[in-house]
Amino acid sequence: MSEKRPVQPDENPEGIHLPLAPLPGHTSRGRLERVLRRGEFAVTTELNPPDSADPEDVYNRAKVFDGWVDAINAVDASGANCHMSSVGICALLTRMGYAPIMQIACRDKNRIAIQGDVLGGAAMGVANMLCLTGDGVQAGDQPGAKPVFDLDSMSLLETIRIMRDNGKFLSGRKLTTPPQLFLGAAINPFAPPYDFRPIHLGKKIAAGAQFVQSQYCFDVPMFRTFMQKAGDLGFTEKVFVLVGVGPLASAKTAKWIRSNVPGIHIPDSIIARLEGAQDQKAEGKRLCIDIINEVKEIPGVSGVHVMAYRQEEYVAEIVDESGVLKGRRPWKREIRRDDQMVADRLDQLLHDNITETQVDMVKTAH
Amino acid sequence: MDKTQPISTTAKGPASDAREAIPPAATGGVTQAAIVKKTAPKSDYKPADVSPQRRVQRSFAVRLWSIRHSRALEWFYAKFADMFLLLHPLWKGIGYGRVEAPIKFVEKHVKGFMFDCRMCGQCVLSSTGMSCPMNCPKQLRNGPCGGVRANGNCEVEPNMPCVWVKAWEGSRNMVKGDAILNLQKPVDQSLRETSAWLRVTANAAAAREAAKAGGAA
Repeated sequence: MSEKRPVQPDENPEGIHLPLAPLPGHTSRGRLERVLRRGEFAVTTELNPPDSADPEDVYNRAKVFDGWVDAINAVDASGANCHMSSVGICALLTRMGYAPIMQIACRDKNRIAIQGDVLGGAAMGVANMLCLTGDGVQAGDQPGAKPVFDLDSMSLLETIRIMRDNGKFLSGRKLTTPPQLFLGAAINPFAPPYDFRPIHLGKKIAAGAQFVQSQYCFDVPMFRTFMQKAGDLGFTEKVFVLVGVGPLASAKTAKWIRSNVPGIHIPDSIIARLEGAQDQKAEGKRLCIDIINEVKEIPGVSGVHVMAYRQEEYVAEIVDESGVLKGRRPWKREIRRDDQMVADRLDQLLHDNITETQVDMVKTAH
Repeated sequence: MDKTQPISTTAKGPASDAREAIPPAATGGVTQAAIVKKTAPKSDYKPADVSPQRRVQRSFAVRLWSIRHSRALEWFYAKFADMFLLLHPLWKGIGYGRVEAPIKFVEKHVKGFMFDCRMCGQCVLSSTGMSCPMNCPKQLRNGPCGGVRANGNCEVEPNMPCVWVKAWEGSRNMVKGDAILNLQKPVDQSLRETSAWLRVTANAAAAREAAKAGGAA
């Protein structure tokens, strides 16, 4: 094939599924770390994990984010509900060149399983991992499951950092090839103990966090105070903070979330604003964009994490209308030019109903 | 229950005549978790709607008292640990293995009463404001999770004050309260139901001897 598709920024010219060239000062070979270290405003989002064994379900759900996000979180049984595993989703996404953030929750796996998954994920080309504690089993649809919680998010971060930097398992056994990873953690500035939260962030940085994604931010003044305190302690320079945002579908949903999902803080003013709107869904989206525009100005904020559960199609609109990318186009999955040629040719043959003889084909080829 | 319910099968056919108790699938607007809760088998004996961990300990009064008095307890524990260390020759003379059973019995009941201790065998109370982190349903040893309720109660146990909210309060009263910032290693499950007092004493004695040997050389 003479003409190749032009190589996009942050793409391996040898193939979209391959890791990027290592750069000095980078611990991973992924796209998200490059975007953040270049100082660009990053956008990440969350893939709603399918309850199916069909890879197309994952691809179709990832397609709606094409060209709008820098990385996609592959959630690990969020809310303690069973779904396709984060390792499986990551395997599929890396195949197609996407940059997944593999979430690891401590609820379901002990340290033996987790360290194995870290190696497996990294081998498949996962460059980012997010260490979480995980919701309690009582929150999900299988409350009879055994809660494991062998590690906590902090010791999980430390474990993976040791695997990466020292090339060792927790037991001290050596890894022949350590994983190259960009490590993340979650923060929730909106839950008590409020004055411990910025210090807790420092603890996560000490354990190995390089980027953090926050819980849904609906209370911007509260978040600003948190960032102020964390900045005074010198933490915001050491970590990339991605603020969690998302559209609320209606005032009713907001009230339900507030009373049923622990850890999500929604002030009354937000609910009042939604209730007062003609079209609550559109207002929820508008509200999300307003929050993005407010938080992006807060010093220390490096990006947003857009969580639009069951409203994934809104992510592109929210990112576009808020203008946070400032004209930048994140990596977009494009069909290879030779694949396109074959597809066009087949299309032509099927629809135009032409009969070609082999002699004709040889003639046109010359 | 509908007729299409899957039945567990063997090569010869259904494993038993009993239908499998799989709750029906959720439809729009209702979560599967809610349906599971609703269709759970009911009987006259209904255990309280709390986690097994919570059932062990139903009142938090003593635990909270200990956290309020974390400073006094810190002082007391320092003296107590010194005394235990002084007695090291005695423990060694009798044999740590032999004293383990009675000491463990005392430790379990004293700490159990004061802190609702779970005998993890690697006590970190002085780093956590005298609030035992093993009482956290997720057994977090490095800080609170993101699910703490606005009133400071636990996500899993709505009636229990979050042990990490209390730990932070307790640590603020203590002289060495900033030990709460130390990163704790994952729990060594093989040390459960062993005496943390004896372990700390033996380790301190070994460290003291090593320092002495280092000083002499």
